[in-house]
Amino acid sequence: MPNQREITADFKGKRRPDNPIKTLGRIFSYYKHCRWMFIVAVLTILVYSAATIGASYMMKPLVAVLEQSDILPDAKLAKYLALIIGMAAMYFTAVITNYFLNYLMLICSNRVLCELRKDMFNKMQALPIKFFDTHTHGELMSYYTNDIDAIREMLSGSITQLIISCTSIVGVVTMMLILSRKLFLIVIVLGFLVFYTVKIIGKKSSRNFSRQQKAVAAVNGYIEEMMAGQKVVKAFNHEEACINTFDELNEELCGAATRANTYSNIIGPIMNNLSHIFYAITCTLGVLGLVTTGSVLIAFLGYIRQFADRISQISQQFNFVLLALAGSERVFKLMDVEPELDDGDVILVEGENGEKFWRVPCKDGSFTDIPLVGKVELHNVDFSYDGKKTVLHDVSLYAKSGQKIAFVGSTGAGKTTITNLINRFYDVDSGEITYDGIDVRRIKKRDLRGTLGMVLQDTHLFTGTVMENIRYGRLDASDDDCIEAAKIANAHYFISHLPEGYDTMLESDGANLSQGQRQLIAIARAAVSDPIVLILDEATSSIDTRTELLIERGMDSLMEGRTVFVIAHRLSTVRNSNAIMVLEHGKIIERGDHDDLIHQKGRYYDLYTGMFELS
Amino acid sequence: MEKDANQHKNMGFKRILPCAKGYLIPTFLTPLFIVFEVLLEVLIPMLMAAIVDGGLYRADDFLLKEFFSPELIADQKRFVIVVGGIMIVAALCSLAFGMLAARTAAVAGMGFAKNLRKLIFEKIQSFSFRNTDRFSTPSLVMRSTADVNNLQNLYQTAIRMFVRSPVMMILAAVMALRINAQLSVIFIVAVPILLAILIVIGKIGRPRFTAALKKYDKLNASVQENLTGVRVVKAFVREDYEKEKFAAAANEVEKAQVFASRLFTLIGPIQMGIMWTCAIILLLLGGKQVIYGSLQKGELVSLLSYTNQVVSSLGMIGMVFTMLTMTRASVGRINEVLDEEIDIIGPENDLKVENGDIEFRNVDFSYTNSEDNLNLHDISLHIRSGETIGIVGGTGEGKSSFVQLIPRFYDVLHGEVLLAGRNVKDYSLYELRESVSMVLQKNMLFSGTIRDNLRWGDPNASDAEIEEACRLACAHDFIMSFPKGYDTDLGQGGVNVSGGQKQRLCIARALLKKPKVLILDDSTSAVDSKTDESIRRAFRESLKGTTKLIIAQRISSIQDADRIIVLDKGTVSDIGTHEELMKRSEIYQEVYRSQNKSSANKEGGVR
Repeated sequence: MPNQREITADFKGKRRPDNPIKTLGRIFSYYKHCRWMFIVAVLTILVYSAATIGASYMMKPLVAVLEQSDILPDAKLAKYLALIIGMAAMYFTAVITNYFLNYLMLICSNRVLCELRKDMFNKMQALPIKFFDTHTHGELMSYYTNDIDAIREMLSGSITQLIISCTSIVGVVTMMLILSRKLFLIVIVLGFLVFYTVKIIGKKSSRNFSRQQKAVAAVNGYIEEMMAGQKVVKAFNHEEACINTFDELNEELCGAATRANTYSNIIGPIMNNLSHIFYAITCTLGVLGLVTTGSVLIAFLGYIRQFADRISQISQQFNFVLLALAGSERVFKLMDVEPELDDGDVILVEGENGEKFWRVPCKDGSFTDIPLVGKVELHNVDFSYDGKKTVLHDVSLYAKSGQKIAFVGSTGAGKTTITNLINRFYDVDSGEITYDGIDVRRIKKRDLRGTLGMVLQDTHLFTGTVMENIRYGRLDASDDDCIEAAKIANAHYFISHLPEGYDTMLESDGANLSQGQRQLIAIARAAVSDPIVLILDEATSSIDTRTELLIERGMDSLMEGRTVFVIAHRLSTVRNSNAIMVLEHGKIIERGDHDDLIHQKGRYYDLYTGMFELS
Repeated sequence: MEKDANQHKNMGFKRILPCAKGYLIPTFLTPLFIVFEVLLEVLIPMLMAAIVDGGLYRADDFLLKEFFSPELIADQKRFVIVVGGIMIVAALCSLAFGMLAARTAAVAGMGFAKNLRKLIFEKIQSFSFRNTDRFSTPSLVMRSTADVNNLQNLYQTAIRMFVRSPVMMILAAVMALRINAQLSVIFIVAVPILLAILIVIGKIGRPRFTAALKKYDKLNASVQENLTGVRVVKAFVREDYEKEKFAAAANEVEKAQVFASRLFTLIGPIQMGIMWTCAIILLLLGGKQVIYGSLQKGELVSLLSYTNQVVSSLGMIGMVFTMLTMTRASVGRINEVLDEEIDIIGPENDLKVENGDIEFRNVDFSYTNSEDNLNLHDISLHIRSGETIGIVGGTGEGKSSFVQLIPRFYDVLHGEVLLAGRNVKDYSLYELRESVSMVLQKNMLFSGTIRDNLRWGDPNASDAEIEEACRLACAHDFIMSFPKGYDTDLGQGGVNVSGGQKQRLCIARALLKKPKVLILDDSTSAVDSKTDESIRRAFRESLKGTTKLIIAQRISSIQDADRIIVLDKGTVSDIGTHEELMKRSEIYQEVYRSQNKSSANKEGGVR
């Protein structure tokens, strides 16, 4: 279960859905992926319900035959046998249809679940980076685990149960009305009583379950924090203290869980015994004269049993359905988040000799082709993530094709933001960014990003071999291309010393490699994509200066003919840039090459000489 | 790994059963209450037979007749009301017992879960890093929450159903026998058949379920990976590639799930089939007996009720078995944690670390414990108590591995590490880690105030001591600049302070331990060089007796150390002072140059 501590207001773990009918309808719309099978399944359910109700109804003529006193036992037996055969036939139909409906519903529900998952994942892939920046991973994971699990619970069990129960109740009520209207009054009372009991207990139980949820989140959070800090815990002999704190949280969870589970456990016995009580009342009143014949009473008793069973089944499913609806509501809300638009009309085309052009459509329907050279300009760019706090203010800069531009500044000064704007993870508030003279907002995003290579501070490798991870940069790269790229990034040496070389499996973000090695692979990944513009965001922060020097040698050849943006904490990394931009509070306060800036004796000089601490 | 898992499966539930300790009373009360509930529940069909046969049909002979006086039986109305009343009272009592059982089951189940969570957490706390490396953090969190949750549900269901169903079945069968022995033979045939089918389905189904769960875990893992790497995905425009990958995995989950559940869809119809076959046979033979006068109609109806109860109890047992099957995977995962062999255990003794004298003798070390993949190779050196030692070397050359051997975060493969003349393995882990203080590469502060975090170093530290340590680490001034000073609350991971401030807090925390050996693993990287220098000066003056090992990227941070160790490819390439190394160590010169490439320019520029 993911950490729910930081869940934002509109994604809170609500148990009660806002618009159950609409949500349910939307889930059902997924059955279109197995439309015919679902229709057959529902028909089968109808047949099944009719068969079980019919079979129960047979009790009336059966007992009636037994009550008859005016015919001979043998004739009676023959009549009785005929009825039994009819009953057996109905039961047989019920068994067969039951198997088929279960099987069909199983396939349907898994189909629906699979489509729902894919749909959610696909929608999520289309969301802008802003969405991922404003939601924690735990929160997003909980869509795939908590919410989908709740929906699965409902689809695989509750839906079938509910359809059966509802059709059965309609049937049972009809039959009861036919048998005896007077006795039916009792059933109405029963219905109300059951309804209110479920409502009251449901309320208490859901309140306690949300308390339990909170306690679970606290325990999860604590375990996560202590696992992340395990080295510190060990280094300070703090195991005992951790266990004590854990005990407190654990005790709290235990208390909340006990209360919540008591309520949910109680529903079963209540339903069960309410039906017994009504059984007794019906029996008594029936015998006392509400009905005249035993056959009616016995058949009616059978229906009471069924009625109570069905209601209690519905009430048991009720919680699952509520949870599932709340879950689906969250899932659908996620699916309805505005996707990242890709409405640029400028696309990248490849000429006959492999050279690339931007194809810019003109108003009259013709095209202008502009060669791709990697020239990036920012004109008076203002930007803010939340519309309130300005992150970049009036930033202008000019990167000629093949230049190396560096950004230096404290955390939060806006270095990464600039690169986020170039590749349109975010869009500028005012001003303009042009790429080869074209406003980036006019360029098809996938083509824009395809020409930009990025190496980020957090490397993020994927499960797979080293080779596959490098190939992520360009899916059609050959093994030789990948090895070549690794050599450029200076990663070839250590990779070939891994137990299985390029075929070594990386697991959970390359946990078996050092941070520096991971970054080397990330650099190789960017190298293989052969981008015209390269963005290095703290790419070398975890590599020692000596290794960095080695990479830099390789990178020099990699950078040739490319425009490069470098963000670095360590100043030795940016020294040989064509231009260094010193950012502070979203403004460029100094610019120039290393020697210029040292001459200026400004902020860069302070940083360089260690007079000022970057944070 | 695979073989391990099987072994754990054999251990099964036995391993975790002791967690019920402390909750034995509710654990045993629950089935007791259930028995009462069932007893009353089984009584109800009998009473109903009495009402129908005695009250409605006025039969001469009917069930339970011997319990009622002839006068009562004679008065139809009163008889019906009395029996009906008893039925209602029985139902109410049964309700009361049912509710009690609901409560005790919850208490027992949750208590069991609590103990289990505690057991797991304590085990995890005793893990060495090598142990932790084998599990990922999310997987450990999942084992101690989701898996425990499965078990707690199983526990509270099991202590109710494992008693309820057999008792119900036996009682119902006995009642049926009482009504008519001949007809009850049906149960004796039906029960074993149903049971056999359930067992076979469970046996075949279990591995399929385990396989499906594994696929499901994999799917979630891939989503997690996609989320953490979302910037990479977008930057490389790999959305479609990721979608395809996900779709393939989702389809696989669907297939595995259907394959596993397909068998279980058989259970419902089979159970119904058997129940109704029994009912038909009962009606057939019973009806015949009614016609020929040896059975009452009400009795026949209650026989049907009992059939229902017997078969549905069996169904319940089947359900619990299914649950058992599915929880087995959880038990396996939990046992994997509980059975993990802790590879670093210290002896229990009062041996004290006398000083900070460190010696490495022919140390080989490997994270994977294999000769072919050594991370450190044949390291021998001696560090005198009180010395300041700098350590330089490239990424992955073994600097961190080297220092982690001293507080035994990992153990050596060959050779030995000595502290104050004794093998580190001779000291208790507590004493060893009390004497060796380590500031780690990845700094970690915890939720709580600054003071809380500093007290990790010494829970009994006075405010004056805390302040002193902070002054040494050059942290006091910035702490006091916060409105709440030492009582400033740090969010998770210490988000309110900058990287450099965090590092200084971590150093202060380590100093509070008053260690014999202080290790700084690249822990002043974000501190500006001036502050860095004052910290070092403070160390020199105030920590004379403490051995100081400083790993640094910046040469300036270690330049003035007594000696500097140059690590290269897991071996000691050279040891000496800055001046000596500048003369003879090529690697050292290279590192120095890489950081001072344009120092000539710089100086030229300034002058």
